[in-house]
Amino acid sequence: MNINKELKPGQVQGETGLWEMVIGLEIHAQISSKSKLFSGASATFGADANSNVSLVDAAMPGMLPVINEYCVEQAVKTGLALNAQINNVSVFDRKNYFYADLPQGYQISQFTKPIVGEGEITIDLDNGKQTTIGIERLHLEQDAGKSLHDQHPTKSFIDLNRTGVALMEIVSKPDIRSPNEAGLYVKKIRSILRYVGSCDGNMEEGSLRADCNVSVRKAGEEFGTRCEIKNLNSIRFINQAIQAEAERQVEILEAGGKINQETRLFDTSTSETRSMRSKEDAHDYRYFPDPDLLPLEFEDSWVKSLKETLPELPDVLKKRLVSDFAITPYDAAILVEERDYVEFYEKAAAGKDGKLTANWMISELFGALKKENISFIDSPITPEALGELIMLISDGIISGKIAKDIFAEMMISKKKPAEIVKDKGLEQVSDDKEILKIIEKVLGDNQDKVKDFLSGKDKLFGFFVGQVMKMTQGKANPAIVNKLLKENLK
Amino acid sequence: MSDLLKYDLLQASKAIKKKDFSSVELTNAYIKAIEDTSPLGTYLEIVKDKALNMAANSDKNISNGVSKPLEGLPIGIKDMFCTKGTKTTASSKILDNFYPTYESTVTQNLWDDGAVMLGKLSCDEFAMGSSNETAAKGNVINPWLKDKKVSPGGSSGGSAASVAARSSLAATGTDTGGSIRQPAAFCGITGLKPTYGRCSRWGIVAFSSSLDQAGPLTRTVGDAALMLNSMAGYDKKDSTSANVEMPNLMDYLDKGVKGKKIGIPKEYTQNGTSEDIVKFYDTSISWLKDAGAEIMPISLPHTKYALPVYYIIAPAEASSNLARYDGVRFGVRKEGASLDEMYELTRGNGFGDEVKRRIMIGTYVLSSGYYDAYYLKAQKVRRLIKQDFEDVFEKVDFILTPATPTTAFPLGQKQDPLTMYLNDIFTVPASLAGLPAISIPVGLDKSGLPIGMQLIAKPFDEAGLISTSQVLEKSADFKIIADGAAK
Repeated sequence: MNINKELKPGQVQGETGLWEMVIGLEIHAQISSKSKLFSGASATFGADANSNVSLVDAAMPGMLPVINEYCVEQAVKTGLALNAQINNVSVFDRKNYFYADLPQGYQISQFTKPIVGEGEITIDLDNGKQTTIGIERLHLEQDAGKSLHDQHPTKSFIDLNRTGVALMEIVSKPDIRSPNEAGLYVKKIRSILRYVGSCDGNMEEGSLRADCNVSVRKAGEEFGTRCEIKNLNSIRFINQAIQAEAERQVEILEAGGKINQETRLFDTSTSETRSMRSKEDAHDYRYFPDPDLLPLEFEDSWVKSLKETLPELPDVLKKRLVSDFAITPYDAAILVEERDYVEFYEKAAAGKDGKLTANWMISELFGALKKENISFIDSPITPEALGELIMLISDGIISGKIAKDIFAEMMISKKKPAEIVKDKGLEQVSDDKEILKIIEKVLGDNQDKVKDFLSGKDKLFGFFVGQVMKMTQGKANPAIVNKLLKENLK
Repeated sequence: MSDLLKYDLLQASKAIKKKDFSSVELTNAYIKAIEDTSPLGTYLEIVKDKALNMAANSDKNISNGVSKPLEGLPIGIKDMFCTKGTKTTASSKILDNFYPTYESTVTQNLWDDGAVMLGKLSCDEFAMGSSNETAAKGNVINPWLKDKKVSPGGSSGGSAASVAARSSLAATGTDTGGSIRQPAAFCGITGLKPTYGRCSRWGIVAFSSSLDQAGPLTRTVGDAALMLNSMAGYDKKDSTSANVEMPNLMDYLDKGVKGKKIGIPKEYTQNGTSEDIVKFYDTSISWLKDAGAEIMPISLPHTKYALPVYYIIAPAEASSNLARYDGVRFGVRKEGASLDEMYELTRGNGFGDEVKRRIMIGTYVLSSGYYDAYYLKAQKVRRLIKQDFEDVFEKVDFILTPATPTTAFPLGQKQDPLTMYLNDIFTVPASLAGLPAISIPVGLDKSGLPIGMQLIAKPFDEAGLISTSQVLEKSADFKIIADGAAK
């Protein structure tokens, strides 16, 4: 299928017209907790197989779950950060199914009474607009173990380290309308989780994964039948999977077919989704309240005390950055994506030109780190150093062009910008007399061009500026050069 | 030597502390009794060396003057309790190779208080049954009749038969719908099911989590008080464990029943209850009256729904609780060509018919489309049953009922499951309401089989249960020893 370049995001061009996507996401976020949801075993990633397994995790006879209060706190804090209803009474249910990496034969989850109810978040679109995505619920549940099918020719091995690790499942309403919005939504959720500290958001290690529910419809029509694409662990794959799935559905519908409600997997090698199991084969999970656990109950006062521990959240912070530093909401949105960015920015921009600092941080620093494949926390340039560079530019000590060279040097040597300026003699020349001397030389050497200029070839002005800058190795203050050149070319 | 078997738990405790005999001597007497009564099939596992070591240790403690409440007293453990290093099968083939690396909280409490472990006692498979006939290793024989093989009841049939046969001084049991009280009644001993939450369920093989509760099976009410004192206690490893202080039950012996109000529910004298039992029920009522209790007729209108509710909720929970027996991590595995086939063969081979039946019932009542009609409705009715008791306990202190509708029935009598389930008709309501209840022997029927009466108390009033049932115990003066008991 040809993708029409004129399509808006989330639209699919079919033979019969335009289709739009309806998307809902279920995000599984692993709670950053030392121990598991119902056992004292370590929840650390990357340990030797089956080394972080308690008797409870292995579902030995007579073992009983005991709720990890820290995980409950994290779920409530996350719920508060999602502007959501906190349910003071919630219930753990058993979701029953057999699988080799599910020792109990059931997953402890929350079905009818989740700990967090409806909420909403706002996402910033690329066009500068905002849109609100509804949150249906957030509930606590256990992760399953891992089946290893490639360790032995005929046997499967089971690693129970992940068994029982605490997850928050955050379910959105079907409010998302394009793959790009889905990506922005995940980024926003991830950002909130990191601010709260309830999940590290590390998609590579699997601590954040998403299931995407996708359907298509003609504008204004009812929702179509949806398919669920399971277990996507990068924003790129989420984008690709939704696009591929929407196109697949349009093709079927336009050929007169029907969409089967089913669970699908995204094949990253072919960028296609394929069926995992259909609704008819769907498990009957036989949910019922776990009789080993009492309903989870807490007081309003406890929720209130947790609310007081919440840090400044991205949306609030964004507003503050816009008003305190006079930067654009767009730049502010980028800076608040990560708490580390904001902290860096606030240190770098303190007492300086906020807009300039934001530009340098977003385009130069982020660009350079990405190019060198350095993570932000390992940045060789400190906020203080960037701030100093901004100050040198603002004070007219160096030009923007020189600043870029200095910045490149800072990335390598970790020297302070003032030091580099001094060592290399890069201070901007702003002395009128000195510049005048050079201008006189340039004009004297190019008398023919001066004549041409005076006879109307205005474009030659740039040539004279270039010559002056060349002779000063770019150090001449461009404003002064311009002013003096104009005066001397009369 | 055999003289030592005459001592009940309280008496033996005093005698050992006075050094009338040693724990090793007493333990040896019981080991011999176990051998002498082995045809009854009460023990699945005997831990002779362990028992003698524990006994020797107790003797040392006694001579050092640091003895604990159950110091040196040899007891048997129902095979539902996980015991560290000692095979624990729940009487099921599927756990025939299972040696726990951990000790259940209740048994640990007993060892911490000085008790000596004799071994593991047979029960119905996963405690599902009322006759001990579903045990993988075969049924247990009730020691009461020499000429006829009758059931010891179940599921704690091995525990009850062993205490009656004097092959243990006392035993632990678990009660889900009557599994302590019914076998205690059948075997002419005392069986106490505490309030739900009184004893930790940690380390007890789960059958039905919202109903399972551990308790003692003993010769006397006083023995039950001594045992439960040690077994009970809040355990943070069990989220349903109750953090409610239990008074020292020994302080409630010989307190009488003067001024207490005893409720007699009209729904419990139903058709089908044997004449002899009805007769002893009336007698028991008059004993309590004579002792100064006030007798009040009461009504528990939802009683008739208790059995169907129980046989929905218990199998539902069991179907989920038993999913972990899949052959993957422990237990007996039967290999298959695929994972599903391995499950089928392992579980098909490992579980007996009654367990399979309950897993199927439980799976059915929880399945989508049936959940509301069965499980959810059963939960609602369960609340009504509980409410019945709450209302009645506004007016009375205790409720007296027969423990069972009949005395022990012959073994091997092919009973359909529904008839078998009716055995629990008097015990199930208190289980559903989570109430403490005790069954004590009051006499024999015409065929020489024991009859048990049940007293039900308010939540956490085990102390009152002890005082009141002791009045019945004294009046009944039931001192007959089973024919098949060790001599």
